[in-house]
Amino acid sequence: MKAGARLYALHGAVIAVLLALNFLLPAYHHGLMARILVLATFAMGYNLTFGYGGLLSLGHAMFFATGLYGAGLSIQHLGFGVPEAFLAALACGALLALIVGVLALRTTGVAFMIVTLMFSQAVHLAIIYFSAFTGGDQGLMLRPQQRRVETVLGTLNLTDPNTRYLVALALFTVVLFLMLALVRSGFGRVLVAIRENEERTRMLGYDTFSSRLAALVVSGTVCAAAGATYGILFGYVGANFASVHYSILPLLWVLLGGAATTLGPLFGTVFMYYVVDIASGYTSAYMLVVGIVLILLVLFFRKGLLGTVRERWLRWLP
Amino acid sequence: MAFGPHLLLAVLEGLVTSAVLALTALGLSLVFGVMRVVNVAHGEFFMLGAVLAWAVATTVGASPASGFAAALVIAPLIVGVVALLAERLVLRRVNYDPEATIVATIGLLYILQQLALTFYGADARPVPPPFNLRISLPWFGYSAYKLSIIATSATLLLLSWLVLTRTRAGLIMRATQYDRETAQAFGIPVGRVYAAVFAIGAMLAAIAAVLIVPISQAHYLMGQDPLLLSFAVVIIGGLGSLRGTVVAALLIGVSDGVISMFFSPTLAKLIATLAVAMVLVFRPQGLFGKVAR
Repeated sequence: MKAGARLYALHGAVIAVLLALNFLLPAYHHGLMARILVLATFAMGYNLTFGYGGLLSLGHAMFFATGLYGAGLSIQHLGFGVPEAFLAALACGALLALIVGVLALRTTGVAFMIVTLMFSQAVHLAIIYFSAFTGGDQGLMLRPQQRRVETVLGTLNLTDPNTRYLVALALFTVVLFLMLALVRSGFGRVLVAIRENEERTRMLGYDTFSSRLAALVVSGTVCAAAGATYGILFGYVGANFASVHYSILPLLWVLLGGAATTLGPLFGTVFMYYVVDIASGYTSAYMLVVGIVLILLVLFFRKGLLGTVRERWLRWLP
Repeated sequence: MAFGPHLLLAVLEGLVTSAVLALTALGLSLVFGVMRVVNVAHGEFFMLGAVLAWAVATTVGASPASGFAAALVIAPLIVGVVALLAERLVLRRVNYDPEATIVATIGLLYILQQLALTFYGADARPVPPPFNLRISLPWFGYSAYKLSIIATSATLLLLSWLVLTRTRAGLIMRATQYDRETAQAFGIPVGRVYAAVFAIGAMLAAIAAVLIVPISQAHYLMGQDPLLLSFAVVIIGGLGSLRGTVVAALLIGVSDGVISMFFSPTLAKLIATLAVAMVLVFRPQGLFGKVAR
C-alpha cells in the first residue's frame, strides 16, 4: 500500500470505530464520548501550533471561549440560527487569532507564552466585565428551541444524545482530515522546519512569520469551532471556559497523547478524561491526578503515548 | 468624602498592594533571572504561605501578635522546604529545560492547590492582625497594620538589594545569572545556587502572603492573581532588575488601587493585563531592562 493510502485507511478506521461506538456505548459513556470528541477537536487545534509549530501558548482558552461566546451571544442577543451562529463564531475566532498572532508572534519562547496568557486573561476579564451581555460568572443557558437546525431533510434536534454524538463526530472527522492534509502538505513541513530550526528555515527563503501566523489563525479557528460546537451541543456558555485552566487542559491532552501526532490529541483527551473520571470515583482530588500526570509526563514520558509508539515501532505515523 | 481624601485612600490601598506585589515579584524575578525558569507555581507558593500562616497562627493561638510572629517565621520556612524538594526532585531532573519546567510547574500548581483544598478546605479564613491600631489622618483613620506592611516590605527589599550587591552570596548569584558555564568553571556550585535561589524565591512569596493574610484572608484559589500580577511586574520592570521590579510594582499597585476605587476592580485588572501584554510585545526587555545579550 502506498504511504498516503495507508494513512487515510488508518484515520478512516479510527472514525469508523468512533461511529460504531455510537451504537455500542451505554448512555453515560455515550454522553461522555460526545463531550470528549468536541474537546479532542479543541486539542487538535492546539496541537497545530504547539506540536507542529513549536509555539507554547498558554492562551488557547481565549479561542475556545471566543467560539463559545461568538455562537452563544449571537444566538441569545441577535436571534441567529445555529448555522449562522457557528459561522459567526468561526469568523470571531479567526479574527482574534489574526490580531493576537500579529502581536504575540513578535515574541518567542517564554515571552510568547506569557503574552498569550495575558491576552487570554484579558478576554476572560472582558467576559466578566461585560456581564450584562455575557451573564458573567453565571454564564448563559441556551434553550432547547434555540438548539434546533432546520434542514431540507427535517429538523435536527441537538438536544438528542444520538444527534449530539453524530454532530460531535462530524466536527471531529472534518478537523482530523483537515489536520492530516495540512501536516502532510508543504505548509506543514515548513512549520515543522521552523520548529526545529527557525534561523535555517528563514535562510532557505521561507517567511517564517507568515507561516506561524497562518498556523495560529487555523488553530484559533479550529478551537473556536470546537467552542461553538460545545456551546450549541451542551447548551451552556460560561466564563470558566475562558480561564487559564482551559488553556492548560489542551496542553495536557496533547502532551499525553503525543505532540505533533495527528491522532495523539484524541488519545490524550480520552485517556485523561477517563483517568479523571475513574479517579473521581475514589477521590474528589482530581486536580492532584492532573498535577501528578503532568510531572510524570515531563520526567519520564516526554513524547506521550503516540509519540512513543511512533518512535519505537511506527515510523510512518504523521 | 471629597475627591482628595478618596484619592489618598486609593493611593494608600495601592501602596499596600504594591508592597506585597513587589516582594512576590522579586521572588519570581530572581528565579526567572538566575535560573531562566518560569515558575508558574509561584502563585501557589504565595497561597501556601497564607494557608500555613492560618494553620500556624491557630495552632499557636496564644495572642494575635505571637501567633502572627510565629506564622511569619514558620510558614516561609515550610514553603522554602517544599520549593527545595520540588527543585531537587523535578526541575533539576529535566535539566531546567524551559518548556519542561513550565509544564512541571503547572503540575506543581495543581498538586499544591488540591492539597490545600483537601487539607484546608474551600472557605476563606482570616488571621487576626498582630495589632489593632488606627492612625488618624486629616480625613479618616487608617489601619496602622497596613502601613506596617509597607514598611516591612520596604525593609526587606532594601535588605535584598544589600545582599545582592554587597555580599559574597549576592556576587555568586549574579555571576550565575550572568554566565552559568563560566561560573561553574570558576568553581561555583551552580546546582546548589539554583536550589537556594528557587527556595528563596518561594519564601519571598510566602512572606508577602503572610503579610497580606490579616487583610484579605487565606483561600486555596488566592494564588492566581498574584501570579499574573507578578508576571506583569517582572515583565514591565525588566528581568533581574530590582529597581525595575520596585518601580513596576508601584506603578501596577497604585494604578490598580486608583482605578479600582473610581471605576471597577475588573476594569483595573483588564487594563493592567492588556498594558503588560503590549509592553512585552513592543519592548520585550521591559521598561527598565537592558537589551538581551
